[in-house]
Amino acid sequence: MTAHPDPRDESSVAAAVDAALAAFETAATLDELKTARIDHTGDRSPLALANRAIGSLDKSEKAGAGKLVGQARGRIKKAHDTRQAALEEQREAEVLVAEAVDVTLPTGRRPIGARHPLQLLQEQVADHFIGHGWEVAEGPEVEAEWLNFDSLNFGPDHPARQMQDTFFVDPAEASLLLRTHTSPVQSRSLLERGVPLYVVCPGKTFRTDELDATHTPVFHQVEGIAIDRGLTMAHLKGTLDEFARAMFGPESRTRLRPSFFPFTEPSAEMDFWFPNKVGGAGWIEWGGCGMVHPNVLRAAGIDPDVYQGFAFGMGIERTLMLREGINDMHDMVEGDLRFSARFGVNA
Amino acid sequence: MRVPLEWLGDYVDTSVVDDPHTLAAELAGIGLEEEDFLGPTITGPLVVARVAEMAKEEHSNGKTISWCQVDTGESEPRGIVCGAHNFAVDDLVVAALPGAVLPGEFAISARTTYGHVSDGMICSAKELGLGEDHTGIIVLGEWGLDGTPGDDAMELLGLDRVTLDVNVTPDRGYQLSMRGIAREFAMLKGQQYDDPAKLEVNEPTCDGFPVVLEDSAPIHGVPGCSRFTALTVRGVDPSARTPFWMQRRLLEAGMRPISLTVDITNYVMLELGQPLHAYDLDLLGERIVVRRAQRGETITTLDEVKRTLDQEDLLITDEVAGRSRLIGLAGVMGGAELEVSSETRNVLIEAAHFDQISIARTSRRHRLSTEASRRFERGVDPALGPAAARRAADLLVELGGGALDEATTVVGEEPPPRVIDLPVTMAAEKVGVDYSTAEVVALLEAVGASAAEQGESVSVTVPTWRSDLTDPIDLVEEIARAGGYDRIPSAVPQAPGGRGLTRAQRARRRISNLLTALGCTEVLTYPFTSDKRSDALLIPAEDPRRRNVRLANPMADDNPLMRTHLLATLVDAVSRNLGRGFKDVAVFEAGLVTQPEEDRPRRGLRFDPGYHPTEDELGTILGAVPPQPYHFAGVISGHAELPGVWGEGRPADTADAIDIVHRIAEANGIAVDVRAARHAPFHPGRCAEFVLGDGSVLGHAGELHPKALENLGLPGRTVAFEIDLDALLRQEDQREWAGALSTFPVSRQDVALVVDEHVPAAALAAALREGAGAELEALEVFDVYTGDQVPEGKKSVAFRLTFRAADRTLTADEASARRESATAVAAERFGAAVRS
Repeated sequence: MTAHPDPRDESSVAAAVDAALAAFETAATLDELKTARIDHTGDRSPLALANRAIGSLDKSEKAGAGKLVGQARGRIKKAHDTRQAALEEQREAEVLVAEAVDVTLPTGRRPIGARHPLQLLQEQVADHFIGHGWEVAEGPEVEAEWLNFDSLNFGPDHPARQMQDTFFVDPAEASLLLRTHTSPVQSRSLLERGVPLYVVCPGKTFRTDELDATHTPVFHQVEGIAIDRGLTMAHLKGTLDEFARAMFGPESRTRLRPSFFPFTEPSAEMDFWFPNKVGGAGWIEWGGCGMVHPNVLRAAGIDPDVYQGFAFGMGIERTLMLREGINDMHDMVEGDLRFSARFGVNA
Repeated sequence: MRVPLEWLGDYVDTSVVDDPHTLAAELAGIGLEEEDFLGPTITGPLVVARVAEMAKEEHSNGKTISWCQVDTGESEPRGIVCGAHNFAVDDLVVAALPGAVLPGEFAISARTTYGHVSDGMICSAKELGLGEDHTGIIVLGEWGLDGTPGDDAMELLGLDRVTLDVNVTPDRGYQLSMRGIAREFAMLKGQQYDDPAKLEVNEPTCDGFPVVLEDSAPIHGVPGCSRFTALTVRGVDPSARTPFWMQRRLLEAGMRPISLTVDITNYVMLELGQPLHAYDLDLLGERIVVRRAQRGETITTLDEVKRTLDQEDLLITDEVAGRSRLIGLAGVMGGAELEVSSETRNVLIEAAHFDQISIARTSRRHRLSTEASRRFERGVDPALGPAAARRAADLLVELGGGALDEATTVVGEEPPPRVIDLPVTMAAEKVGVDYSTAEVVALLEAVGASAAEQGESVSVTVPTWRSDLTDPIDLVEEIARAGGYDRIPSAVPQAPGGRGLTRAQRARRRISNLLTALGCTEVLTYPFTSDKRSDALLIPAEDPRRRNVRLANPMADDNPLMRTHLLATLVDAVSRNLGRGFKDVAVFEAGLVTQPEEDRPRRGLRFDPGYHPTEDELGTILGAVPPQPYHFAGVISGHAELPGVWGEGRPADTADAIDIVHRIAEANGIAVDVRAARHAPFHPGRCAEFVLGDGSVLGHAGELHPKALENLGLPGRTVAFEIDLDALLRQEDQREWAGALSTFPVSRQDVALVVDEHVPAAALAAALREGAGAELEALEVFDVYTGDQVPEGKKSVAFRLTFRAADRTLTADEASARRESATAVAAERFGAAVRS
């Protein structure tokens, strides 16, 4: 290209600028913009040639022409960069659109696991009491008869000691059985930890009931025992009220009714107020409780004239069934994946 | 205990009860939990009717019916067809009129039958729920009832009454009587209570029927029979019927009317709580002897069951011509031989007091629970015999027309009253309610005790019917109960502050949640198993997992053992889920297993309640309990990565199971070594054994043995693991922290070593690690190759060694030198050659 604007002529320089700006504006892609940039800012572009021509001008004209061409080239560069940024942004947006995937497709490459809700509930119970400064105690499932019965003030002729309720270990001289309740942990805790004692014991228990909709030979209980100076039934009631609220909501509370258990005196059945009961809020039987019998303390070597306290126990299965509206025990014991899946890791 | 409310009204003022449901709730509040609410089962109209006309009609089906016109008090008689024939014109009968609904949702309407429109039904006893008699309709006159046509028969027959069935706890035998329930009612309502057992009684005479109390084998030193009262009523009319009111009350209380004499003994038992027995005096021998059974003796009880007796069984016997004859299983059931019958005119009434434990054992031994045994087991008032016998005799005289003999037998003494000193403040200190002393006295008196304040304590004389009240704490319960449990306030105790969950408890949650995150679902299987299952799992005969605790009375005879490892029962959950249509099953279980150390359990110890064993005794007790470590186990059958839109997925393999155990160890900061092992039920070539720092075995993982899978009906290539959490927790947490993390660049060196194909990769890695020095940061196996490029019987294992120094950038030469010293150790130990 030999024809180029006269670097001294303002209007011809402006025309070259206009031509460049128009070319940038019409460039629809980054490639077109690149071509336009070479055409209008490259070595052989009109203004580059005009710039080169300044060198042969008269000395008095050089400054004015230089300024004119320099400003023109500056405007062109700025226009180019602006267009470049706009086209880049446009291209990125198009790529993102093109890369879209169907996010509603299934994603489960790995199986999803779940905890058993009975275990989760036991953990929740433990957490509640841990929060009140209690500890969680444990004991074996194959247990000494002395701990399951004698130490808990069950006389040798108590009906629960008969075969129809209790799994006994062969031979009888071993005096072993499958614990019928979590209560032997009361005695174990008293023996191992002494007093003051504030523990709960969630765990597995056994009775010779056939599996049906409401019974299972292997089930879970949570036991609580608190022994200290000056504990009364009022503390039992307060502990249970708090526990009921934790399990069944802020409107829940408990009610005590006289009952009989060998290891408590006075003894009580506890009902809890269940706001979400099917058919309307009402009282539901929850478990047994009472003031720990002096003989239980004596058997553990604790002086019942100095220390006293309360104990309570309730079924985990029953609690879960009521809370979650489960009506068949089979679902809880058969290990069907669908049952636990409903709870995930949050029962 | 069924409590007919109409009957209760004999002793207390039941007019204060507006709603029986409310009463049921109030009784529950004092410990009498509602078992059942037995309300009216008939809705009217049920009326007294007089048979005005009756025509017998024989029909083609061979039946003869009576076409009756009955007067129901309305302007016109009603025509009713009746199939029964035990009534005559002018008899008063009971008619259910159209609109009535009888028990069993039996709705009465006017209907056409045998050519007549029958405008109602003349009812039998059975149709009204008044017993089993269906041989004829009720003729009111025969029942000793009267009325006017149109009278409400519901009220006349007591069909509008309510009976509450309440649960009596095993310590409160006295509540198994109207006497006891009425006392509770009076206490509840604050009413005056007059004890129906306060009767004039007969003093023993020297000519009373001879009774001897023997006991060669008292249980716990307590005589089997402490007291025996016998009264004789002569000249009873054998045809005398039990009056309707008594039959009705017996039925309401759940007992079947039998005959006047038997009904009276039952009635008095229900009323006062004293089981009675009536003998036909004319069949009775010379004297009654109460004694224990001898070995091999048998008795046929009233239920016509022949029972072989135990030497602990207490018997009622008589003597005929010097020979002992068994006439009753004391306190449980009479013998068949001397039963009163429709011929009986002279009756001997027995009111005895038997030991609770003796009767309980006999009842259980013979699986024979009766109204009598239930009461004796829970404790009968030992002072009650003479009054109860007299009450029965009076009723027999009144209703059966006999005469009470002067001759009276009372053998044995009433026990002396028990007096307990109750500290005045004890109830308040235990219950948390501020009872005043006056209140303590009043509440104890409400339950029938007599109480007198004596300084710092209250002297309480326990009533004879409360054998359960032996200690001050028992009195506290009565005070709390009589005062109302609803008065107990709610106060949260301040525990001293615990230490949170234990290390083991935290580890269990951590591992369970980890396994869940790895895609496994937690299940809980019953811990019962069998030798057959050990066989199926290919557990060798000498394996300690064959040493099970055995149950004496298992649920199922084919599962009598306690599991020694979780996989024994966890596999059932896998089968069940596969059977229910799942193709991919990943499950785990956490729990105790029972691993006895000896083949036979040691001898345990038992003591009486309240006894604190010595250290040695405690050692024996606790030592007899077999070790029960906490295990985790898991099984994966099918895919570890599922098929789907993303691809075909990946079946679970040995590495998946091994990896899980590694992750468990890592999560707990415990180092484990792995070695190959042969360990049932795993595939002998695909089983990893995990060894802990102290040399103990954490557990195993791998593919299950194909034969075991076949035995269990599980799919091939199913993988599993089982670990002993207790073993893991016996290790020290081995994580250490040596200063700051180096930020200098790493230098990576790759090396492939050719070794004998049986050399475990882990051993080779250990050799490299040993030779590489302290600056080795990581060591990975990234390829294992066998084939043409290496000699037969060899394999090439490629490692990447990552080095980083704490204080500088390692040069390439330094890194190479470290790699070479690492390979030198591998070469020395395994003859490893560097593959170029």
